[in-house]
Amino acid sequence: MERNQQLRRQLASMRQSLFDQGHLDEQFILLEELQDDANPNFVEEVVTLHYRDSARLITTIERALEKSPLDFNKLDGYMHQFKGSSTSIGAKKVKAESTQFREYCEAGNGEGCMKTFQLLKRDYATLRRKLEAYFQLARQAGPNEIACRPK
Amino acid sequence: MSTASSSVTVSDQFPAGLRVLVVDDDPTCLRILEKMLGTCLYEVTKCNRAEIALDMLRTNKNGYDIVISDVHMPDMDGFKLLEQVGLEMDLPVIMMSADDSKQVVMKGVTHGACDYLIKPVRIEALKNIWQHVVRKRKNEWKDLEQSGSVEEGDRQPKPSEEADYSSSANEGNWRTSKRRKDEEEEIEERDDTSTLKKPRVVWSVELHQQFVSAVNQLGIDKAVPKKILELMNVPGLTRENVASHLQKYRLYLRRLSGVSPHQGNSFISSHSQEPPYGSLSSLSGLDFQTLAATGQIPAQSLATLQAAGLARSAAKPGLPMPLVDQRNIFSFDNQKLRFGEGQPQHMSSGKQMNLLHGIPTTMDSKQLVNLHHSAQSLGSLNMQASAHGNPSGQSSPLLMQMAQPQSRGQILTETSGGQVPRLPTSVGHPILSNGAAGAMLAINGIGENSRGTGYNSVSQTSSVLNFPLNHSAELPGNSFPLGSTPGISAGMSTLTTKGGFQEEINSDIKGSGGFMPSYDIFNDLQQHKPHNWELQNVGFAFDASQHSNSLQASVDVTPSVLVNQGYSSSQRNVQNSNVSAMGKPIFSVGEGSEHGIALNVGQHLNSLLVDNSTRVKSERVTDTSCQPTLLPQHFGQEDLMSAILKQQQDGLGPAENDFEFDGYSLDNIPV
Repeated sequence: MERNQQLRRQLASMRQSLFDQGHLDEQFILLEELQDDANPNFVEEVVTLHYRDSARLITTIERALEKSPLDFNKLDGYMHQFKGSSTSIGAKKVKAESTQFREYCEAGNGEGCMKTFQLLKRDYATLRRKLEAYFQLARQAGPNEIACRPK
Repeated sequence: MSTASSSVTVSDQFPAGLRVLVVDDDPTCLRILEKMLGTCLYEVTKCNRAEIALDMLRTNKNGYDIVISDVHMPDMDGFKLLEQVGLEMDLPVIMMSADDSKQVVMKGVTHGACDYLIKPVRIEALKNIWQHVVRKRKNEWKDLEQSGSVEEGDRQPKPSEEADYSSSANEGNWRTSKRRKDEEEEIEERDDTSTLKKPRVVWSVELHQQFVSAVNQLGIDKAVPKKILELMNVPGLTRENVASHLQKYRLYLRRLSGVSPHQGNSFISSHSQEPPYGSLSSLSGLDFQTLAATGQIPAQSLATLQAAGLARSAAKPGLPMPLVDQRNIFSFDNQKLRFGEGQPQHMSSGKQMNLLHGIPTTMDSKQLVNLHHSAQSLGSLNMQASAHGNPSGQSSPLLMQMAQPQSRGQILTETSGGQVPRLPTSVGHPILSNGAAGAMLAINGIGENSRGTGYNSVSQTSSVLNFPLNHSAELPGNSFPLGSTPGISAGMSTLTTKGGFQEEINSDIKGSGGFMPSYDIFNDLQQHKPHNWELQNVGFAFDASQHSNSLQASVDVTPSVLVNQGYSSSQRNVQNSNVSAMGKPIFSVGEGSEHGIALNVGQHLNSLLVDNSTRVKSERVTDTSCQPTLLPQHFGQEDLMSAILKQQQDGLGPAENDFEFDGYSLDNIPV
């Protein structure tokens, strides 16, 4: 129980920092709100789906960035998709970088695209790592605790 | 978090149970939406591919109440899906996208989306989507019954479903009411052809024959649409389709039996009145281009048509064919529409009377469809020149297929094709293929017959059918020998026999070059062609003027006959004749493309036209080659036919260029 409480506190703190550090936004909270008894692992499920799908996109964009000359239209299209997916889980930083990337695409700024993409990849990996740890802890703490946050 | 707090009460069930189909290629979004919609107590079905979604919608027509779709999807553009759903299922569709730019939102609106959500979608936004369903139903109901059942703004099914509430599923209630609504809507839809997007029925030659045999089986007196429909056993064909077709057929028969041509004309004219004709003319101009565009019409024919000024109304000889293109010809035999294609060559094969098709076989059915649009009115005409096009030997040029839009186009084509007389016009046969057809149609003015040539008596409006004929008629300037040419006159007299005409023509035509064989078909087609008849007369009218008014008389007789036949044959003839008479539009087309003109009937006509065109040279029509098809119609089909046939037989030779359509004022074509 105590352990559990500790875990939960840890969990809460972890969660909070994600918000504080700007990795997550309101959307994540909305996802949590959707979670219920019928779908106790809903958030984790969605996040997992996201990372599986977006990993593919990341690779695609990477490959497209290696081409020369750069096909900005295609890049923009891929990024649009990626952005949509990231937005739906509330990945704040990644979303901002996606937007930036798209702007560079529109401007035809290849270098800007590449630089932004590097930042994006980094933040993407960071959030992924953190969320994985978060969910792992949540599983340990018990299902009810995961999305339990004071309304 | 608990799920929806509201426990659904019986009376508040709606919108619970609303059946939503959500389409999005992003699995993350899809899952989230599914959850959200579930929270709203909707019945959710998710799908990550647009094609699959369409399949699901199609197989389960009444299985969904509303569709939510993403804009950017890899396999199909969201807007396209939106259009399809709207067309086929008429369900409310909500678009969503992370893209919130004005243009995209505007696009959603213009494509008919009932709402546009920006991603990430909030559950609050989803909670209210039921309003779109209600609104739509309400509008439909209004149309249906003009009743106030839906009024109240949210015509919730509640009241109607109350009774069922007590039963277990909310959905049941929802469904019940929905079902009721659907039924009514369906009924309404059926009746209200104009509003609902229903696939157009293209009365192909085969279909028409099936129809005819069914009617004969039942006996014309006892032939009721319902029974005919059963006998025909054609999937997808509705009672309404049969009913309207039957009406035309009856008119045609009446005409054959001697009803005053006037009536026939009226029939035609009435038909032609329909936009198709009008459109035809307009179409002609446009169509030609479109038709040409569709590629069906040989460029040259098109050019010729244009030159001919067939553009009569639209002055765009462009052959309406393209119109056809667009529309999916729901015809059962779209293929037929191919008249234009390769038809000319087929003509010689003689079998297809495609002549009737008049519709430039070259025209693709699609074109016909285009024509159809314009020829909407013709729709009934079904002239489907398809007959011509039907290489399949559908001999029945009944181009009727063209389910209207085509007819227009068709008719146009037909006229040009000379072959397929008018029938196609309604059908919009692309047949005009060669532009000539278009011209023809134009000529026929599908009513516009007012063509200057005077032939237009055919009431251009009258179904496009007249086109072929009319055009020819219009050609008066053209020397459309049919009328004037002695040969034609002679033929004309025979034409009077109308009934005979067809036969004669057929025979003649046959002789001429396999052109006519289709006459027989035409006969069948005739049924459809009532419209043409009118035109035919008109066409003949001009002929008559040219050649001999006697023809006219005879023509009148047959107008229907001719028309019908004409459709197939007369069309041809007329076409031919038209060609000459019409002046060039037809021929010109034909001339240039000779084949093109023959469009209608398909090959036959093409050949005929071709020949005729040459023959038609101003008055040479009588040359026999006078593309009898065209003229016959005017003259009274029989006569014309004979005349034409003669000409044809003679070897169509000189006729060509007589067609100066100059006299033919396509403009008259009442489009």
